[in-house]
Amino acid sequence: MLLILTWAVIISFIIMMYVLLDGFDLGIGILFPWIKHGQYRDIMMSTVLPVWDGNETWLVFGAAALYGAFPLAYSVLLPTLYIPIMILLVSLIFRGVAFEFRFKAHRSQFIWDIAFAAGSTIAAFIQGVILGTFVKGYGSHLPLSHAAYQWLTPFSVFTGLAVVCGYALLGATWLIIKTEGKLQDQLYKAAKILLGLVTFFLVGVSFWTPFIEPRVVKIWFTAPKFYYLSVLPLLTLVIVLYNFYCLYNRKKERAPFILTMGLFICSYLGFCISAWPYIIPHAVSVWDAAAAPSTLKFTLVGTAVLLPVLLIYTVYSYHVFRGKVKESIHY
Amino acid sequence: MIIDTTLLSRAQFGFTIGFHILFPTLNIGLALFLSIMEGLWLKTGKPVYLKICQFWTKIFALTFGMGVVSGIVLAYELGTNFGPFIHIAGGVLGALFAYEVLSAFFLEAGFLGVMLFGWDKVSPKLHYTATLLVMLGTTISAFWILAANSWMQTPAGFHVEAGKYVVDNWWAVIFNPSMLPSFFHMLMASYLTTCFVVAGVSAWYLLKQQHVELAKTCFSFALGAAIILAPAQILLGDMVGLKVQKYQPLKTAAIEANWQTQKGAPLILFAIPDVKHAKNLYEISIPKLASLINTHHWDGTLIGLKSVPAKDRPVIESTFWMFRVMVGIGLLFFLAALIALWLTIRGRLFHYRSFYRFCVAIAPLGFLSTIAGWVTTESGRQPWIAYHLIRTSQGASMVPMHQVVISLILLVTVYGIVFSFYLFYLFKVIRKGPAPLPHESITDVITESPFKYMAPEVK
Repeated sequence: MLLILTWAVIISFIIMMYVLLDGFDLGIGILFPWIKHGQYRDIMMSTVLPVWDGNETWLVFGAAALYGAFPLAYSVLLPTLYIPIMILLVSLIFRGVAFEFRFKAHRSQFIWDIAFAAGSTIAAFIQGVILGTFVKGYGSHLPLSHAAYQWLTPFSVFTGLAVVCGYALLGATWLIIKTEGKLQDQLYKAAKILLGLVTFFLVGVSFWTPFIEPRVVKIWFTAPKFYYLSVLPLLTLVIVLYNFYCLYNRKKERAPFILTMGLFICSYLGFCISAWPYIIPHAVSVWDAAAAPSTLKFTLVGTAVLLPVLLIYTVYSYHVFRGKVKESIHY
Repeated sequence: MIIDTTLLSRAQFGFTIGFHILFPTLNIGLALFLSIMEGLWLKTGKPVYLKICQFWTKIFALTFGMGVVSGIVLAYELGTNFGPFIHIAGGVLGALFAYEVLSAFFLEAGFLGVMLFGWDKVSPKLHYTATLLVMLGTTISAFWILAANSWMQTPAGFHVEAGKYVVDNWWAVIFNPSMLPSFFHMLMASYLTTCFVVAGVSAWYLLKQQHVELAKTCFSFALGAAIILAPAQILLGDMVGLKVQKYQPLKTAAIEANWQTQKGAPLILFAIPDVKHAKNLYEISIPKLASLINTHHWDGTLIGLKSVPAKDRPVIESTFWMFRVMVGIGLLFFLAALIALWLTIRGRLFHYRSFYRFCVAIAPLGFLSTIAGWVTTESGRQPWIAYHLIRTSQGASMVPMHQVVISLILLVTVYGIVFSFYLFYLFKVIRKGPAPLPHESITDVITESPFKYMAPEVK
């Protein structure tokens, strides 16, 4: 029991790390169309050039951990999401190669601007669509329907747009820390608009979800759970308001990014509480999807040793490249 | 052959993994090459080593990006296209992939930034540490992938519980019978491929009389390494062959196009295997040699393909032909290294334009040989996804066929576009050549501003 619970927590942690880290570098791509100056785009990209593939590694880790710890979920969920996953992968290819190709290109640079912006935006949108599909579910027993377009619903499009705005906000607030001058002014402006949009989407999703998934009402609105769970929406509200204050006040450059991450963590916790204990929505719980104890133990040993170490050197790598980025970087 | 979802999924996986392996193949070798060159620079302070690092780092970075994006596809494709296989064997293989990510991918990604962009941000020793760690990461990554793949070839260390594979001995899973020879065989394939890419690019510069000092250093280093690596690879290949003969005799039979179980089987130099009639056309062979190679005895017994029904036989054509492509290129590399050795002994390594041209021509063949080797081992494993345990057809996801058609077309198109641009920028980097160092004397570099040479280049 404890072993499976530990793994559920680790996987939730991996997904959260991915969302926070790749969220801001995908966000930079989403912001590209609104920041037209070529040199500014160079700077924006340079802020993540040394770290982006580390951020994306969390996505691979998520797949590998799910594969190892909950093979049933991995093998059942992925085929049902076949088309969105393929689109996600292709858009990640385009934005990934854009990092390398853009700085080597001269005349063809515009191609990689488009690839980076479109790839990032579509990847974010698809991740939101997958989230929406996960909330909605596919029915309550295996085998799940493989109907091709069940992931495409008004709700999943809504959550897709929500994630695009959310990642853009993460990107904008990250860039506020890393840039200065006129570019930073533009980003403050963008961040304010995006925070407004994110608030709208958060409220929208919160009101829409109970209609899609009545189980959620029971989880959140029965006493005594209601009393301590209501802390989460209240905390979210406080973060949103304080974030607006910081964006208008402009005194603390780091605050908006940290607060936006806080916003993501709160929303993500809310999602986890609603989904628990299912790993395949409404159909299979984490208890039933887990791999044999020998696998969980073996993988846990490696994770317990290596995860802290890799977190340390990831922090170190961010530390090496700290500070404002004033021009594009090369090797 | 019936076209179904399984076949399309296999085609797609084969295509995407074959595409992906190109980039790690070069980078496992380049990471080692860069580690050696940076070490030599730190030790001797000769500017030429610095220039080499600077130049080949560009190619390394370009290739690394391609490896990352094409690798993510594989991590998800296993689930989307081979769900049932994961359901059965995920408890074994999933753990190996988790270890790969934890011990290799994060290590590479964490220190690649420092390696590429950290020249003027950290001390030379720390930078060198980062380079070494990236090199270590690429090697560890190969280790886990080969552990997983060789487990599919020679499964061990598990029992079956309610239709699922439960591991009782992880050591036996990881170090399964074919693991170590396959791992070193792949490493060596990477090193050799890199040697001939480095030699080829250097030979091209020598032909054009550009960057001569750098080109000569790289050329002699790469060919010097090849004279050790090429024979080592032949020995390792032989070890892999013995394991195949022991654990997968039908794969050996497909490689040798040997239909009848026989003692003292001949080595077939050329033939066109006729799968339908289970015989060879236009066969040219050397008596007893196949038995000698595969069993190390003139009269060793080789199992024939006809010992099992047709549905249990591997894919004979691709196994047979691709094996010959792989070995042929390996021998060609050995020959090139021997010529280089002979020229060096006579002090005439840099005298023949024809030898430069030859080296340019064979530069890309390492990739072909590596892919051919993989096709041999994977199509020789068929019709099993985990050898003799799970059939490939049982392992594929039952997604609607049109979805796989769409994704296959999409991936082929996208990879085609991206690969064309990769080659375009790669040749651009090679054409442009190494950037001149801002200081000619190394002492200046150190006293004035260490690692200043990595400053932004002027566009």
